[in-house]
Amino acid sequence: MRGEVVVIGGGTAGMEAAGQLAKTGFKVTLLEKEEVAGGHLNNWYHLFPDRRNGDEVIKYLNEHIDNDNITIFKGNKIDSYRRVNEKFIIKTNTGIEITADAIIVATGFDLFKSERKEEYGYGIYDDVITSADLEMKFRSGDLKMNNGEIPGRIGFVHCVGSRDEKVGNFYCSKLCCVTAVKQAIEIRERLPDSKVFCFYMDMRMGGALYEELYMEAQEKYGVNFIRGKVSEVGESFTNTLIVKVEDTLAGRPLKIELDMLVLMAGMEISEGSIDAGEVMGLETGVNRFFKSRDNHYGSNISNIDGVFYAGTCTAPMNITETISHARAAVSDVMNYLNNLDN
Amino acid sequence: MEKFGFAISKGRQIDYESNDRSIAEYIFSREPSFRLCIECGGCTATCTTGNFTPFSLRELHILIKRGENEKVRNKIKNCMLCGKCILVCPRGVNTRNIVVLARQAFQESTDYAI
Amino acid sequence: MNHEGKKRIWSDYQKEIADDHFFYVRSCIRQSFFPGSEQFFLNFMRNILGKDVYENPAHTTCTGIGYHSDIVPSATIMTVIARHFALMKESGYKNIAISCVTSFGLYTEILETWKHFPEELEKTREYLYKATGREFDIPENVAHTSDIIYKFRDEIADKAKILLVNKKTGEPLKIVEHIGCHYAKMFPKSGVGGAEFPNVLSGMAEAWGGIVVDYPERRHCCGFGFRQYLVQANRGYSVSNTAKKFLSMEPYKPDMVLTNCPGCTMFMDKWQYTIHEMEGKSFGENGESIPVLTYEELAGLVLGYNPWDLGLQYHMVQSEPLLKKLGIAFEKSDKYKTKDGRQMSIPKNLINA
Repeated sequence: MRGEVVVIGGGTAGMEAAGQLAKTGFKVTLLEKEEVAGGHLNNWYHLFPDRRNGDEVIKYLNEHIDNDNITIFKGNKIDSYRRVNEKFIIKTNTGIEITADAIIVATGFDLFKSERKEEYGYGIYDDVITSADLEMKFRSGDLKMNNGEIPGRIGFVHCVGSRDEKVGNFYCSKLCCVTAVKQAIEIRERLPDSKVFCFYMDMRMGGALYEELYMEAQEKYGVNFIRGKVSEVGESFTNTLIVKVEDTLAGRPLKIELDMLVLMAGMEISEGSIDAGEVMGLETGVNRFFKSRDNHYGSNISNIDGVFYAGTCTAPMNITETISHARAAVSDVMNYLNNLDN
Repeated sequence: MEKFGFAISKGRQIDYESNDRSIAEYIFSREPSFRLCIECGGCTATCTTGNFTPFSLRELHILIKRGENEKVRNKIKNCMLCGKCILVCPRGVNTRNIVVLARQAFQESTDYAI
Repeated sequence: MNHEGKKRIWSDYQKEIADDHFFYVRSCIRQSFFPGSEQFFLNFMRNILGKDVYENPAHTTCTGIGYHSDIVPSATIMTVIARHFALMKESGYKNIAISCVTSFGLYTEILETWKHFPEELEKTREYLYKATGREFDIPENVAHTSDIIYKFRDEIADKAKILLVNKKTGEPLKIVEHIGCHYAKMFPKSGVGGAEFPNVLSGMAEAWGGIVVDYPERRHCCGFGFRQYLVQANRGYSVSNTAKKFLSMEPYKPDMVLTNCPGCTMFMDKWQYTIHEMEGKSFGENGESIPVLTYEELAGLVLGYNPWDLGLQYHMVQSEPLLKKLGIAFEKSDKYKTKDGRQMSIPKNLINA
């Protein structure tokens, strides 16, 4: 079975899918809109659950796409698309025209823009940052506050932009709880005198070794978990952050003064996905992620025959799941092309 | 001064900064499993005392952690030390020892002597 | 603090405010307790800006106090409001300028209710017609009078006689702005700047040379509420909320508090006396209390009006310290004289006098 496949999106899912396709013998064109492949993985430091270095996964993926069967076009996104019999003809924004027998859409997610939660003051108060900002701080090794001092009290706010009717995202982004636990541990390791607080609605530790990480955060690192949604953040006279949260388990409102607040921003379908979806006519679900043809045995299949999905453009998922999802997409592509041949 | 017929209340917010967490620290250092408590309430549901008196072990755990010592001081005496709570705890917290240590802490402290 | 972040939020909540031809509806409390405010508004709009601001003699209270105390039921207040809309229609006005924030909240709430439940609108039309024979239209523009002053803040700045700067130190005045809850908390889109970082008063303060103080309890309610303070024993709740706000703003040493709601102005002003009597505590510098002004009173000071014409002497907390900081000349002996020079009795127990 031969064939040409286009993979749109050069993040974790796109690179894995391209690599597997190429190994099997297909010719792959990989389109990535940035100048560097790797997507969000480029900005993470250590990955849960075992806190291994994210760069190792990037290395694996880069080696995977180092294959003569793969042609990568960086700085390219899909601009137009048409179907002639069973062939897809795609043109990119720089004018490159590609013909393919099948397409994998791996356009991924964007993080929720935390400025939209006005009451948390992201972009207004100096030391309110997002989880992504914190990963960059871990990468650079600079964990200081805006005024250059070391923070003594750090808080994590779960569910920012997820499970929230006000911003139109009812779904849970799945990974933020375990990320908060991981980041809380990382802060406690680097700043042994710090006090860390996680403000959660629920602790969603639904993955292998997640609950164990949570227990380690409590027992070994003394992270304080306070169940309650943060209602508002203000700045005090001494520039510390005053956080108001309901301590639901105590049944009373709690006021706590912190030096730094980390917002666990949720996942939304990416702008690149929305653009590609409009060009190609892909259906989205109520949560605005791409809609799979079947929730159980067709999660990689789109509403267009021959166009498949891989990764977080369909739903929040972690890196392990993204890589599995990409491999499943390849399997679906192979079935599809096999059927075409017959 | 006039009699106003009403007064200014201090509010019921827990002020984390101003609370004294020495009792909590006493217990944490002697019973590290206390850190694993997630306040699920399993212990409280089975509690002998809690079934007939307003004694909530889960609530006392939280109040200790927040430093609301005054609210815990007298209540903690009501525990019968039957040990049913330890049987339930999914996290392996030695809840009975927390009560024993809390009483010890209050006894030894000059601020809170029972 | 990053001011740019706030500007971005303000731009998300821009509101259409009419330019002219207003149907003015007064506030029950402001007329009685802050008489200079509404007088200033009318004087400024009609005589200085040359706008058409119309008052209908058949206009009544919106009964908001009754509604919020569970005395006036929902159907009644909808009909009362509808009657005001009918008066607007009869006088040929499409823009309403509302003086009270509770009133504004009510108009907004009722219009939203009618939008989502058209059967309520139909019922109200029926009730009004049966009761008075009147018919009404939905107004095109609903603005609070602080929105209108906000809209014309640059015109006021152009004509300013004094700016909000401390004459002795040269520093801009530190102003705490407090906005009534019913202005934007219910429907953030109905307020300039939304609910979290509203801009209607801070825009004025900054246009006139002051700076705005952002303190942790900025969003907190002053505790007015209607429902509870009608009963004497419950006023402890109201005064506790105001005390919470003052304790939070104290370290910032504000020079004044700027408000746009009648209840808030009353409480922030009068409770300072109560708290001082109960606990001996003042929140200003040197044992003084913090003057609380309405936006019309502040605009009046900026335009050079006589403070006693604006009615500042009727506040509990006297504004002399503020007037001194602004370098405004005032004649102490004229304070409690009538316009034709007769002496009225002088109140005791004034603060900052």
